[in-house]
Amino acid sequence: MDLVTPGIGLIFWQTLTFLIVLLILSKYVWKPIMNALKAREGSIEDALSAAEQAKEDMEKLSADNEKLLEEARSERDKIIKDASSMASKIREEAKEDASKIADRMVEDAKHTIDLEKQAAINEIRNQVAELSLKISEKILRKNLSDDKNQKALIEEYMKDLNQN
Amino acid sequence: MKDKLKKRNNYFNKLAFTLGLIFIFSGVNFVSAADDTDEEFNPGDMILHHVVDDHIWHFYDGPFGTLYLPVILYSSDRGLEVFSSSNFYDDHHQLVTYNGYKVDHSHIVPVEEGRHILDFSITKNVASMFVSVALLFLVFFSVRKGYTNNEGKAPKGIQSFFEPIIIFIRDEVARPNIGDKYEKFLPYLLTIFFFIWFNNLMGLLPGAANVTGNLAVTGTLAIFTFIITQLSGNKHYWQHIFNTPGVPWWLKIPLPIMPVVELIGVFTKPFSLTVRLFANITAGHIIILSLFSLIFIFQSIWIGPLSVAFAVFMFFLELFVALLQAFIFTILSAMYFGTAVEDHH
Repeated sequence: MDLVTPGIGLIFWQTLTFLIVLLILSKYVWKPIMNALKAREGSIEDALSAAEQAKEDMEKLSADNEKLLEEARSERDKIIKDASSMASKIREEAKEDASKIADRMVEDAKHTIDLEKQAAINEIRNQVAELSLKISEKILRKNLSDDKNQKALIEEYMKDLNQN
Repeated sequence: MKDKLKKRNNYFNKLAFTLGLIFIFSGVNFVSAADDTDEEFNPGDMILHHVVDDHIWHFYDGPFGTLYLPVILYSSDRGLEVFSSSNFYDDHHQLVTYNGYKVDHSHIVPVEEGRHILDFSITKNVASMFVSVALLFLVFFSVRKGYTNNEGKAPKGIQSFFEPIIIFIRDEVARPNIGDKYEKFLPYLLTIFFFIWFNNLMGLLPGAANVTGNLAVTGTLAIFTFIITQLSGNKHYWQHIFNTPGVPWWLKIPLPIMPVVELIGVFTKPFSLTVRLFANITAGHIIILSLFSLIFIFQSIWIGPLSVAFAVFMFFLELFVALLQAFIFTILSAMYFGTAVEDHH
């Protein structure tokens, strides 16, 4: 029965020893170890999250860069497009102006030519009229120098009149 | 690097040699123990003698082979008495009466009838426990030193051996079983785990005492767990015991069957803790001793190799059991604490 009869002495010493061990280990060993472990785990956690943060920042930064680049590219494209459209517009305008001027010049020239032509025609007309008069006078002077001719002419006129 | 390895190998060789020597001597110990009785070898007596507590620490026969431990007695008529247990032995290591006391089956009893004494002696188990406690302090203070010396850095040396175990107790035993309030119980859990483990391992050394294979020791540890559980029990814990939710009312009134069952359960828990550790450790010791006894029962040296082979196997099993039982005691304690502090769900 020795095996299953707990001795009072052993219980006493066991209780005392265990209490002392518990108190000493708790205070001087487990507590500092736990604190150290916690601190270390905390610092590891911090380091990991800092690394994660840095990675995220980097990603954001590169994304920003990409965005800036994209913006710059689209800006450039827009500028080029604007410039080219502006250039073509200017060209178009210039072309239009030029053709307008040319048209006007042609018009003016035509007008001038017309005026000149009119003037020339009038001149010719006047000269022809004058010449005709002079010729008629000369013819008349020659023909009416005798009475017979004068009479014949009058008769002819009369005939014409009667016929009418 | 190579030199270091060689040195380490050398060191292990030496250690193995020393341990082997101790083993051989303790083997001699069995033989002489058998011789002492002068009669037929009685394996039962021999085994029991090695498993139970004693007032002397007997390593081997001969000079300085026995450590005589102090005897501390208390009786109402004589008060406190302290003397060496060597007084009970004569020059031929035979038991004698001393000062009105005699030793009967490792128990000190008064010769006079009717006297009653309380024995607070530093017995073999107590002494062995002191040794393992000293070892515990030595080991864990040096572990702790590691945390101050390389603060915030990776663990080194002995610190790196114990740190995973400490973290295991914290993360796999305490936290999942107790919950958020685990930190309060952690020092206790760590202490019982290492206390039991160290004492289990110490008990496996040849010539060492069987500390954790003693009901007084395991019972005391279980009572610690019991007391802590009851003291930290919250409202839900007590409600669960006296007015278990989800149980038909007629199991509670008029006959309080459930409360009685639950209350018995409260007391069977420490009892099972006590017996489990005690039985597992003692059984291992008994088996190894029985295997060696076979040699003397058959009185043939040819049984020796077989016995040794089996005993070596058992020894390795016991090394595992030493760890396992420490773990089981700790995790069950954690679970009991967990039920005590559990919030209502």
